Amino acid sequence: MTTDTTTKDTAPGAPAPGTTVLDARGVTMRFGGLTAVNGVDLTVNSGEIVGLIGPNGAGKTTFFNCLTGLYIPTEGEVRFKGKVLPAKSFKVTAAGIARTFQNIRLFANMTVLENVLVGRHTRTKEGFWSAVLRGPGFHKAEAHSRERAMELLEFVGLAAKADHLARNLPYGEQRKLEIARALASEPGLLLLDEPTAGMNPQETRATEELVFAIRDKGIAVLVIEHDMRFIFNLCDRVAVLVQGEKLIEGDSATVQGDERVVAAYLGEPLENDPGAAEAAEVEAAEAAQASETARADDTTTDTAAGKENDR
Amino acid sequence: MTTQTTAPKTTGATPTGATTGLIGIPPHIGRALATGGGVATIASTFLAWTWTAEFPGDLTVYGYPGGLQVLVLIAGALTALFGLASYGVKGLRWLVPAGADAAVKFAALAAFATTWYTVVAISAKLGGLVNLEPGGYIAAAVTLIALLGALALPFQRPEPDPFDPDDTGWEQFKHTSSQNWQTVKAAFATGTPRPVRALPSYAEILIIVGILAVALLVFTYGIGTEYDELFVGFLIVAGFGFAAAHRAGLIAQATEITARHQNITVCGAFVAAACFPFTQSDDQYATLGVYILIFATVALGLNIVVGLAGLLDLGYVAFLGVGAYAASMVSGSPSSPFDLHLPFWAAVLVGAAASLVFGVLIGAPTLRLRGDYLAIVTLGFGEIFRITANNLDGTSGPDVTNGSNGISSIPDLEILGFDMGIAHDIGGFTIGRFANYFFLMLLITAVVVLVFRRSGDSRIGRAWVAIREDETAALAMGINGFRVKLIAFAVGASLAGLAGTVQAHVTYTVTPEQYLFAGTTPPNSAFLLAAVVLGGMGTIAGPLIGAALLFLIPNKLQFLDDYQLFAFGLALVLLMRFRPEGLVANRRRKLEFHEEADAPTTLSKTGA
Repeated sequence: MTTDTTTKDTAPGAPAPGTTVLDARGVTMRFGGLTAVNGVDLTVNSGEIVGLIGPNGAGKTTFFNCLTGLYIPTEGEVRFKGKVLPAKSFKVTAAGIARTFQNIRLFANMTVLENVLVGRHTRTKEGFWSAVLRGPGFHKAEAHSRERAMELLEFVGLAAKADHLARNLPYGEQRKLEIARALASEPGLLLLDEPTAGMNPQETRATEELVFAIRDKGIAVLVIEHDMRFIFNLCDRVAVLVQGEKLIEGDSATVQGDERVVAAYLGEPLENDPGAAEAAEVEAAEAAQASETARADDTTTDTAAGKENDR
Repeated sequence: MTTQTTAPKTTGATPTGATTGLIGIPPHIGRALATGGGVATIASTFLAWTWTAEFPGDLTVYGYPGGLQVLVLIAGALTALFGLASYGVKGLRWLVPAGADAAVKFAALAAFATTWYTVVAISAKLGGLVNLEPGGYIAAAVTLIALLGALALPFQRPEPDPFDPDDTGWEQFKHTSSQNWQTVKAAFATGTPRPVRALPSYAEILIIVGILAVALLVFTYGIGTEYDELFVGFLIVAGFGFAAAHRAGLIAQATEITARHQNITVCGAFVAAACFPFTQSDDQYATLGVYILIFATVALGLNIVVGLAGLLDLGYVAFLGVGAYAASMVSGSPSSPFDLHLPFWAAVLVGAAASLVFGVLIGAPTLRLRGDYLAIVTLGFGEIFRITANNLDGTSGPDVTNGSNGISSIPDLEILGFDMGIAHDIGGFTIGRFANYFFLMLLITAVVVLVFRRSGDSRIGRAWVAIREDETAALAMGINGFRVKLIAFAVGASLAGLAGTVQAHVTYTVTPEQYLFAGTTPPNSAFLLAAVVLGGMGTIAGPLIGAALLFLIPNKLQFLDDYQLFAFGLALVLLMRFRPEGLVANRRRKLEFHEEADAPTTLSKTGA
């Protein structure tokens, strides 16, 4: 699976495989009385794809926002390549962490190429005067930016649609464009927030290939996803977040086999769980239902009962 | 002509989805009526329409058209030309790259509306239909016939939605009226224009020159209209005529050609604008020209802030005021507190720098706000500027601005020994004071256009648009939102200040009351924003056209008087309902439409 992919195409300047790129220690995020993320430690090494999974509302995206400077963690610190990350999201991007969004946030009325060029903002310096005076430096930088952007579009397979408006792309291609835009900022770490949400199996498969290709460029990847097959195919390491806390971290097999993970997803009633009473109620109702269906033979009552059960 | 040959008879149920006309005249007769009506309209304009010269415009003479008749003549000629082109006449094919039928309809509508407006205006003004000469009746009849003929031209009817039998009467009524509206819209719709044939570039440049000449002619005619009725007629003909050209596909082709030679088009447009004073015999309309140009330039500056960066600034006129005050104080005016008379280039720098400082001072605290909050705060700052300028009069505060009297008797500029205050003779043309300032202002406009174009198409311009589209995503892409917005605000402010320096000299006096939030005379903040929105956000031509219209319409239609702001509001509501992207659509919007146009269209190309 992941073992046979090579890392020999590593971009120059990328750290040697195995060194720690991202080091989050004790990250805690509280909104008033609600603790969304509680003391999460996570490291990502270069050349690694790390998955972050957990049921809905577990705090995955909040944790992402803490990493990218959209939120300032209440406690704990995040280090990127040994340096503490600044608290502004544009400075985080400049430092080398790029991200995509769970609900696609492209610049809808800009062209595909322009979207990627915006991604190159931190890696270019031309300001207002340079734009108005148009010296030779400006043209050179602009040409170089366009060239890089076209390379990236080629990489994700959107080069033919460079002049289309981002809003007119089909859903899957919008996801790809978001990745290309993030890559344009030449990151050391790419954070993907549910990159395959809403995709069909073929598109998911293609995204998988794309993420491997990104890793092969020497960029570490941290990915949130609900698609378990995708995650376990892709990731070298998977961390599970439940109710803001890290439950377990390890390779695919370890996580897959862990009972607590299964419990977290399938909703086994935990101790002191406020929903325990309701769960018991449902169980009782189901039992009653079962006995009732056993008594009734015809299918019509069966479906009616099923409907009732759904409620 | 073919008068009274057919009374319009309305047939009952029309087959669904068929290509029939709005009116039940057979299409071939309709086409003949429209074309013939167009020719007859031309002829009718050579007749006398009324017996007395009391109605302005000399409509009493047989032999040549005058006043409104000229406009009718143009509309009639358009109808006839498009009508002939719809027959596929060899030399006229180029006129209708997107099909002629919709164009004929609009041209006939233009002729009809102008003629009937004239006839009604004559009757109303002189008191009764008796004041019409036979020529007037003939013109009214032939334009009506042409219109009926045009409406009989076939079009693809939209497939009607079936009724919901459970609908109440009101719902059915709504359903029917929306159906009818769809049908009318389809009647005036047209196909996609065929792409422009590859022409040698000199031919394309000649076409651009021709387009610009037509534009200059239309603008000069509009600005030179001498009485209300003529201006209304001008608006009718220009509006419907433009719609006809648009439906014929000419506008799309012109856009395609100008897009290929952008630099030439921009330069050509400036040359055409510079020709404007030479078309005038006195300084009367050059005055309007220079005020329009000031208004338009400031609107273009605002377009950087609103159109590109998406920052809603409701106090923008304050920056114009800062520039004007700064320039007037160093102009050597006797009421200025500083006894300084700087040369113009220095005054321009002072004005732009003052506005820049003011812009940064206002921007730094307010640009942390988003959306509506920013709008309210800028509105407040705009008022603070005006009230402060009012109070710095020596009694309420230190004497800086001379209070509500303002800084007056600002001397005329003298640039390189060229006195802007007096008339000069250049090659047989007399170039008066306002024409001089018109040229100077044109230079400032050129600077603003240059800054707009170049900054818009660069790293910083893309950052502005990105911020406007989605601020959170833009920040996540590494754009320092605050810094980028502050640059937009400061650039916009200093461009307005630049215009203000010239404005101070043109108006002789700078008073706080020139810089209101809303008033009946442009420029004020509300009108500036309206010019940008009306013209088209994020474009160069949009605010220029929007500003010209917003200045000319209140100026020319004196009879509106107290209803000016009402009419203005109504026009704005209608525009936002039917063309929210503004008169000139942005390139991004165009791309949007382009995508839709890729789908095969079912409309017939030419009805013949």
